[in-house]
Amino acid sequence: MVGKPLDELTAALHALLPADSVITDPVRLRTYECDGLTYHRATPGVVVLPETAEQISGVVRACNDFGVPFVARGSGTGLSGGALPREDGVLIVTSKMRRVLEIDLPNHRAVVEPGVTNLAITEAVRDQGYYYAPDPSSQQICSIGGNVAENSGGAHCLKYGFTVNHIEACEIVTPDGDLVTLDRMDPGYDLLGAFIGSEGTLGIATKITVRLSRTPESVITVLAAYESIEQGGQAVSAIIGAGIVPAAIEMMDALSIEAAEAAVSCSYPEGAGAVLIVELDGPVQEVVRQFERLQEICSGAFELRVADDPAERAAIWRGRKSAFAAVGRISPAYIVQDGVVPRTSLPKVLAAIDRLSQEYGIRVANVFHAGDGNLHPLVLFDDAEPGAGERAEAVSGAILDLCIEHGGSITGEHGVGADKAKYMPKMFSADDLDTMQLVRCAFDPKNLSNPGKIFPTPRLCGEVPGVRKGVHPLVASGQAEQF
Amino acid sequence: MDPELINDCVHCGFCLPTCPTYVLWGEEMDSPRGRIHLMKQHVEGTPVTPEMAGHFDACLGCMACVTACPSGVQYDQLIEQTRAEVERVHVRDPRERAVREIVFSLFPYPRRLRLLRPGMWLAERMAPFLERVHPSLGAMAGLAPRVGRRQRLPRLVRARGPRRAVVGMLTGCVQGEFFPQVNAATARVLALEGCDVVIPPGQGCCGALSVHSGREEQARRLARRTIRTFTRAGVDTVVVNAAGCGSSMKEYGRLLGREPGFRVLDLSEYLAELGPVADRHPLPVTVAYHDACHLAHAQGIRAQPRELLKAIPGLDLREVPESAICCGSAGTYNIFQPEAARDLGDRKAKSVASTGAELLVSANPGCTMQIAAAMRRGGAEIRVAHTAEVLDASLRGVSL
Repeated sequence: MVGKPLDELTAALHALLPADSVITDPVRLRTYECDGLTYHRATPGVVVLPETAEQISGVVRACNDFGVPFVARGSGTGLSGGALPREDGVLIVTSKMRRVLEIDLPNHRAVVEPGVTNLAITEAVRDQGYYYAPDPSSQQICSIGGNVAENSGGAHCLKYGFTVNHIEACEIVTPDGDLVTLDRMDPGYDLLGAFIGSEGTLGIATKITVRLSRTPESVITVLAAYESIEQGGQAVSAIIGAGIVPAAIEMMDALSIEAAEAAVSCSYPEGAGAVLIVELDGPVQEVVRQFERLQEICSGAFELRVADDPAERAAIWRGRKSAFAAVGRISPAYIVQDGVVPRTSLPKVLAAIDRLSQEYGIRVANVFHAGDGNLHPLVLFDDAEPGAGERAEAVSGAILDLCIEHGGSITGEHGVGADKAKYMPKMFSADDLDTMQLVRCAFDPKNLSNPGKIFPTPRLCGEVPGVRKGVHPLVASGQAEQF
Repeated sequence: MDPELINDCVHCGFCLPTCPTYVLWGEEMDSPRGRIHLMKQHVEGTPVTPEMAGHFDACLGCMACVTACPSGVQYDQLIEQTRAEVERVHVRDPRERAVREIVFSLFPYPRRLRLLRPGMWLAERMAPFLERVHPSLGAMAGLAPRVGRRQRLPRLVRARGPRRAVVGMLTGCVQGEFFPQVNAATARVLALEGCDVVIPPGQGCCGALSVHSGREEQARRLARRTIRTFTRAGVDTVVVNAAGCGSSMKEYGRLLGREPGFRVLDLSEYLAELGPVADRHPLPVTVAYHDACHLAHAQGIRAQPRELLKAIPGLDLREVPESAICCGSAGTYNIFQPEAARDLGDRKAKSVASTGAELLVSANPGCTMQIAAAMRRGGAEIRVAHTAEVLDASLRGVSL
């Protein structure tokens, strides 16, 4: 579906970028057809690999000139199809922009390019006793630009918060091609807050100032093995109920343990129906006190392992962090779901997922950030079996319905992207979505910046760019004013 | 190419940061995930285009991605099948074909390599001229090591002290002709640890270079010959001191469809299994140990050589940063892909230099030549040695 505007744009891109930074060869283009979520695929019209913010700005301006949509992509590890390309558009890949530009330890900051991986930031400052706190499981490869776009989480977000809590400023290319800087310290609207997690719909981050944290004085990681997932769930509630805020509380069920075992031989206790990974960090005295309390709470576990050196800790985490991809060992295909429920509803929701699994004959492995009720059910199926994909999709969708029913959310950290746009109307009314679109249209009136993501239909921008017809219901009901 | 193996990839991207070409260029097509995607395209009917072949050729075959993959994708098998397919269906340009013919009719043949020895001192001076003829020839000349005196090895080296085992020893092509002192050291170390070392004369190439370049027929021929040689020698264990050779000999079963009648072990793996009996004399030296990809990734041997080195009194072992990333040697890679190999070599040289070590130890002749050449270029020349040479010096109580 390569149209005329795209051809003209491609010629313009060649003038902006070195020849080998513009990819038009169909075989090469297809390698960019999907990100970490392979369920959605689209071969991009053209791929560019810029090396500077100015080049990105030039590309975006050219897209505006020719009315061609663009999508930004970092390492291509997203799990909601947020970087799903457009066949009629440009894919702007930041994987060549991976310089750490500045490290300012006294002010706990580093300035990096968007293609720098999450872990590379930590590696750059680890020896000095600092780290970058958010830690998605894909941290060794996911890019910080992608983290900003998706407001990525990770196991340690329970105590330290999401990406949004660790970004001080972003230089961005706006959807019309301007280079501007959004700073946490700017007075007025928190535009940086709006930008983080906007999934590429409000522009592309080109330079990111991250906050660095001090490496905790002391860390203890505990692996508690339970006979059942219910017992594990009760322990989670008890830990939080006791006023302990661990750095992380993760839970894995028997099926996901089996997968992790097959992949990385993590040697979790045999026969466990569930394992809890609880990490405590902070000043020594505090950690010791919490650890004593934790041991009492976890007395129901049939095995308790304690790691207090980095090697043992890494061994415990290895199983958890590889869990998603490891599922490839026990199933030909799978869907990674991401939903949130109130922590207290965990047992009920898990029981309901179990019922769904039996009803549809589809296995579901459960891995979750138990501390904040963020579920990652892995829906397993055989893509060679006719109809299995559809049944898996149905189970996966029903899990989200469960999350909504229990007052949770359709995504905790993977984003809405292309995958969950259709579920947005289940969580939000048409009016809510219209209001969100007002924000989007303020940044991107032409609807060129990652269109087709987050919103099921481009209602406002598509109809009359940037201007809403009629009065917004919030205005009509007197709850808001429009200027 | 086996579609089942291709489908094992779940597209998670965990392999990307360990892939040397992705580290260099940051492009999807030159990452394991991207290459598997290209294989999938081919299996689904896309012909091998020159672009596609270029991305497969650019793969070093270092297998770092196999180590990194949580889904257990057997990329080693996939790239081997793919290279064979490329050789079958892809027509290379005449100059490239000519250079490949030179390399593959030279390196797997120790006798032909021997003919080069007298002229090796000329290589450095001829490099600029050869570079103009073809970059690959220039790269070959630039890598040429200063060769040691040829040492003829006996057919049998008897164990010192009580005999604990009888093992065969592979002499290899490049190792045997360009680094004869390594083979001599290997035989001495094994003998000092109580092994009768059987060294069948007239050994040829094990087939590693061919199998890693998709030349299946040549690989099978050479593999069968090697099996015959050691079967006749009557050994049940063959010890190999070159990582690339060891890794492909361990795969003979897959290549030929039947297992050879002997075990293949890397020298460090074998020594660790055997346990030490010989005295270690002190060697006051700082050593940077380089993980050869075909040892660390392909054979999973990381701990054994380090333990052997650390057991030498006075030896200070330093870790090389980014040790999992290939040095760019990768068999014939530094000859066929000189630019990428050079960039990776420079990167590795910097990492090695940052350790401040005075001696670089590695278990693969290709890596040794590659890193030594890169360090020469960077003006930080470093002495190089094989693990066997360091052990030999310690066991005999001589200086390195």
